[in-house]
Formats: sequence, structure tokens, C-alpha cells
Amino acid sequence: MRDSRPNRTLLQIGAIALALLFTTFVLLAAKAPPLAAYLNLGLGALGSWEVISNVLVSWVPLLLVTSGLLLTFTVGLWNIGIEGQITVGAIFSTWAFRLLLGSGMAPGLVILAAFLAGMLGGALWAMLAGALKTFGGVNEIFGGLGLNFVATALNLWLIFGPWKRPGVASMSGTVPFDPSLWLPTLNPQSRLSPIAVGIAVAAILVVYGMLRGTYFGLRLKAVGKNPRAAFLLGIPTWQYMMASFALCGLFAGLAGAVQVASVYHRLIPSISSGYGYMGLMVAMLVNYKAAIAAPVALFFAALNVGSIQLPIVLQLDSSLAGVLQGTLVLVVLLAQGARTRMLKKEGL
Amino acid sequence: MQVELRDIRKTYGPVKANAGISLRIPAASIQGILGENGAGKSTLMKILSGFILPDSGEIFLDGQAVSIRSPADSIRNGIGMLHQDPLDFPPMKLIDDFILGHPGALGLGKAAAAREFRALAEQFDFALEPEAWVDSLTVGERQQLEILRLLWLGARVLILDEPTTGISLPQKEKLFATLKRLAAEGMSILFVSHKLEDVEFLCDRAAVLRQGSLVGEARPPFDTRTLVEMMFGKEVPLAERRTTVRESGILQVRDVSLEGLRIQMRNVSFEVRAGEVIGLAGMEGSGQSTFLGACAGLSRPVEGSFCIEEQDMTGRSHHDYKKEGVAYLPAARLEEGLVPGLSLTEHFVLAEEKKGVFIDRRKARRLAQERIELYNIKGRPESTVESLSGGNQQRMLLALLRSPLSLILVEHPTRGLDIESTIYIWSKLKARCAEGTGIVFISADLDEILQYSDRVIVFFAGKVSPPLPASSLNVDRLGALIGGKLWEELESEVAHA
Repeated sequence: MRDSRPNRTLLQIGAIALALLFTTFVLLAAKAPPLAAYLNLGLGALGSWEVISNVLVSWVPLLLVTSGLLLTFTVGLWNIGIEGQITVGAIFSTWAFRLLLGSGMAPGLVILAAFLAGMLGGALWAMLAGALKTFGGVNEIFGGLGLNFVATALNLWLIFGPWKRPGVASMSGTVPFDPSLWLPTLNPQSRLSPIAVGIAVAAILVVYGMLRGTYFGLRLKAVGKNPRAAFLLGIPTWQYMMASFALCGLFAGLAGAVQVASVYHRLIPSISSGYGYMGLMVAMLVNYKAAIAAPVALFFAALNVGSIQLPIVLQLDSSLAGVLQGTLVLVVLLAQGARTRMLKKEGL
Repeated sequence: MQVELRDIRKTYGPVKANAGISLRIPAASIQGILGENGAGKSTLMKILSGFILPDSGEIFLDGQAVSIRSPADSIRNGIGMLHQDPLDFPPMKLIDDFILGHPGALGLGKAAAAREFRALAEQFDFALEPEAWVDSLTVGERQQLEILRLLWLGARVLILDEPTTGISLPQKEKLFATLKRLAAEGMSILFVSHKLEDVEFLCDRAAVLRQGSLVGEARPPFDTRTLVEMMFGKEVPLAERRTTVRESGILQVRDVSLEGLRIQMRNVSFEVRAGEVIGLAGMEGSGQSTFLGACAGLSRPVEGSFCIEEQDMTGRSHHDYKKEGVAYLPAARLEEGLVPGLSLTEHFVLAEEKKGVFIDRRKARRLAQERIELYNIKGRPESTVESLSGGNQQRMLLALLRSPLSLILVEHPTRGLDIESTIYIWSKLKARCAEGTGIVFISADLDEILQYSDRVIVFFAGKVSPPLPASSLNVDRLGALIGGKLWEELESEVAHA
């Protein structure tokens, strides 16, 4: 088999078909009508302007996180700590909001400060994982996983402790901010903010450009593909790993800030909403290429939003979207593995 | 066992690696396979041993057509291949490595296997201990282990790919004696090499490949000039010796003590002068790699100092050395020197000084094209480095060097390369010397050391000789020194001087 573009596309279409087939079996096993389930999934994602805007709301943090992860994957790092980085970003931005709430500063500036704080928080948390790896010899997967738990604990402590609602601490989070500090939306009912969408699109464009045409991006690639040779070629390897951690954390923190400033308007216990892990899936699915990350992230966001009404309509659990996403990633990775094996066999 | 290859074809895109090769190797003989890099030797051998599938063609063993689709198929049919870098498992014990490929390994007692291992080792007079660790072996001993393993698995055809690179003279003699004996017992042996003298000494017949085709066969007595002409399609002149040493010093090594993995070196002092070539000789693992790395700032000395052009560099990082004009070229080109997956152009961009934030693609491509032409690399700017042959990868490493440089440190500059590439690489290195660059290189090839060095430093188990003028050495004396002999004589010479 040749390693040509049509063949690769064929392989990807085959993988999607296989993932659908598997999910259909799961549906049949659960005694659910597959066609109705898929139809509802589609309707749930595209059936009205309201759900479409919900898809975009969910697309924003997912795309931000994926953009950051493309950088860490390029340098050869598995930034599992991305969830914690979103959470800490959200914490920092809530902190900025609380600090500036009564300061009389213009709302626009307060929001900007909250965004910057979120980026800072995410970057710091990511660099912690990077420092553990570089100076402590802790694999970034284990370090990141540990830091995720710490971030969650910190978040819960804040919500139920120092930042609790007056009178009752509650799972519903901290006191909502004044509406004047909400990121402007298209209309008062919607949570969709054009600014947030703009930030996410800018993020993926920046990462795409970085990886395609800059010294920084090329050096990241070199470190990721062969750190020893990169070092001998004169690239300061650990500094580049740290930089990619910091940048990835920055994007994750930004995602956390967006969740706080434009979606929930407060800090809630599950503020990261699993976008970090989903971003890992998207990045793997696009084979770490920035060019197709945006549409694939949109597809994943659509599956997520679409599955919300499955429990209501079909009494199915909404985790169906997760099943479909997970199998899709697995099947595509399998197909890539098979392709590499075949090419190797031919000695290419 | 008689082996017959019939019309073997294999193409990679536009490249015909094997363009219909037919070859018959009689039982009980040693068949030499000669050819320059990229001639198709490795492809043909990998097809015979099941590592890659041919596009078409047939393989017959003792007249029977066989289908070989994997390395397991090939060993089942009695074909064993000894790779250039032995395929063993360094963090294992010899006996575990030995058992690993055995199909019935689960039901087999380790004690029984160890008994058979000892019996085989004794039969061939290999000093291998089953309970020792693989990473304690020299390259030559790892070959011996691999030969035993393949014989034990029932190999009756043995393929050896460039087996004499990286092994010492006594080990080579033992290898040749073993091969002759195996052939006398009825095995067919395919000996792939670009070293004419090895083929001339060992083989009963030789086949020469060029550009994917069999261009000729020869029988002893071999005529070197005919073989070279067949390999290259033309005569290749040998480079003449000339020295470019100047008075000024480049690298000063003062009372340096180093600690490597299993090796310690004490109180080494010498100076590399501008334009000088110093060869580091010794068996693999005698300390020369550790030493060369330390000269590049890749490891720190326990004691003593390194100065580059009178500037103290002791304890500085490799990147500081680089800034002072020191270049280090590792032996493992694809593992340490180049980045697989990146194109030639991208490598040139990485190696050059960084200018601004964005890469000027057009300029980068132009630079790549210039260098490719200048260094005669067979590849395109957008080719990935792993698609290049070994010789072209080495040219690429040289093409990546900046100018000017004060010192080039090279591990095995021509390992695995054919004569033409070897001469080319050295002409480029010598051109650097003419500009005043000092060169320190490691080689397992004594001829190469004697041919190109002005002075030679010998390493043996942590002992480091003072620099010896190459003119005072010959292959026999150098061979004795790297084997640990004649050192008392050398030490008394030094004491008197």
C-alpha cells in the first residue's frame, strides 16, 4: 500500500465507519434503537440555533486546550496535567475577579485582568509539571496526574472554604459575579460570546503558524523527534520543553478563564468539565496536526452537546457521546498503527 | 544448503533497489557480496532473511521454492542473519538473550539451554559466560553470541552484514576461522562487505552489485582493481597523505581524569594543534568515546582542565563549547546526529544561526540546495534524513557543520561507508584542516587511523598513551597496542624521552 493522501483519507473514513459500527453494537446491546439514537444526537447538536450556539460554547475551551496540547505533543510530552491547568487557570481568574470586584475599575479591564490571571495560573501549574520532569526526573504523565488531583482539591477547598457563599457552602459554586462583569454575549439568553470564539480561533491560528513557519516551532519538532540530536545541533532541549509546557498551560488557563468569565460566571467544582482529556483525544485523532484540529474539535463538541438530550428522549445515558469519541480515537490510532506496520514491512 | 535467488525485484518509488537479481550460492561455500552504499546489498539480504518483502522474485533452498514473509519464516527455513548492529538486548543476561528467539522457549529448561550454550561456545572457542550481562560484551563478542544463537536455532545459511566493522583484529581472525569452519561443515555463508581485503581473504566467490543489479562475479585469486572497477564502474584513486599541522594550539588537555561507565582514565595531557588530525585507537569501550565526549563538554572531568584556544572551558556545557567553535559528530547518525522525520532543509535551518522569529522558507531551500550540491548528497531538500543512505547521512552531518570551526570531534567518520564515500568524507575533513581546524576522531579501522592521522592516541582499558606520531606506527604495532601488548615498552620510551 502506498502512503498517499487518498489512501490515508480512505483509512480515516474506514475508521469512522468502524467506530460507528461498534457504537451501534453497544446501542443494540443496550436494547436501544440505533437510528433513533443517532438522529437525536444529530438533532441535539444541530436542531436549533440554541443547541448550535451551545456547541460553539463547548467548542471554545476544547479548541483552546487542543491548541496548547499540539505544542506539548510536538515536543514529545504527554501533558496529562492539562485538566489541572484548566482548573488553576479558572481559580486564578476567579481570584482576579474577586480582587477587582469592588475596585471601580472598568468592567472591560477587570475581565482582561481575569483572563491574564487565568493564563498565568495555567502556565505556572504546567511549569510545575515541567519542573518536576526536568529537575526531579518525574515523568510528566505521573506528575501531571498528581497535580490534577491537587488542583481539584484546591478548587473544592476554595469553594467550600474561603470563597464559600455567605451562609451555605454548596456544590453550585461561589457567588456569581455581577452581570456587568460577564463577557458580552450575542443575546441575553445565550452564553455564546463572540469574543471567546475569536480567542479560540486566534489560538489555533497562532499555534498553526508557530508550528509551520517559525524557528520556535521547528525546534520544538526537532526536540520531540530526537532530543539527543536536537541537543547536539545546539538546541537547549529542556528549556524548549519548559516553554511548551508554559504555553500549553497558558492556553489551558485561558480555557479556564473563559469558563469562569463567560459560561458559569463563578467558580464551580467541575470547572474543567473534562475538556482537558477530550482535548488529548482530539489532538491524538488529528495526529498532532494543527490544520484539522478546529473541525475535529467542533465535531467532538457537537457530539457532547448532542448527547445531552438522549436521557430525556430515549432514556439513554448521555455517555454515548463518550463511547463514540473514545472508539473513534482508538480505531484511528489502530489504523495508524496498522499503516506504519505495513509501510515498515515494505521497508519504507 | 544451496541457496538460489531468482529475479528478485524491489523498488522504492523511483529507486530500483533490486532490479532483477539472480544469484546461486552453492552449499559449503562463503559467498562475498560486494557493492558500494545503496547498491542493493542490504535490500537483497533483508529480503532473503524476511525483513522486507520483494515486489517479485523467488527463493529456492536446495532446489525447493520457499516463501519467506517474515524473519521467523526465514529462521524456520534455516536462514539466519547477523546484522551490522547485533540485534540483542543489552540489559539481559546472555542466556536469556540466547533463549529468547526459540519457538519452544516456554517448555525449555534454562539449565538445559545453558548446557547447550556452553557446549556450543566451547566448540567454537568463544569465551562467553551464560550468566554474564549482554551489555558487558564488546561488539565482537555480541557477534559471537548472535552466531551461537542462530546456530542453535538451526541456521544452515548464515548472512553477515558488514561484520568486521567495530571488532578488533584478534576477534576478526576468530570470526574468519569460525566462518571457514562452518562452511567446511556444509553451511552456506553470505558475507556482505565493502572491505575488499576481507572478501579477498575469506570468500570462495564474490558477487558485485551496482545500482540494484548484479554486475559481475569473481573467484579467487581476486584482482582488487577489477573488483573496484565493477563496484564503481570506474577506477577510484586513493587520497594522498599530506599534513597541514600549524604551530598554534587549539585544544589543551591538562591532567584530565575521567570516569566512564566501566572505565577510569587518569592524568591525560596533550595538545591538538591547528590543522592537526589526531586518531583515537582502541577496542570499542576502551574509553575513547568517553574521552571524545569530554572534549566536547558532554561530560565533565573528575580532575584537570580543557582549554580551547587558551580559554578555560572546564565544566562548561556542550553549547558553550559549540559557541567556541567545537563540533561533535556522533557515531550513531540517525540516533544522535540527525532528526528522523525532518527534511534536509529543516536540518540546515536548525543548524544555522537563528535569525528572527519566522523562517524564510525560500532562503532555507536555496541554502539546502547549495549544500546538497556542494557535499554531493543524493537527496532532495524536502527528503527526510532517514531516506538517505548511510554515506549520504554522513555527508549530511558534515554539510551541517558551521564555518569556521576550531575543532571537529568525530566518532567513526566512515563506519559502514564504501571506499568512494570514505575518500570523499576525508577530503572534506582535510579541507577543514587546511583552514586551520583541528580534528580528533575515533575509528575501529586501523588503516583509517594510520592513513589520516598526524598523531595517534591509543586507549586500552583506561590506559591512555601519549600522542604517537603516525609515522612511528604500523598496523601490527598499533594492533598490538590496542590489544594491550607492548605497553611496558611504550612507557619506558616515554620515561626516557
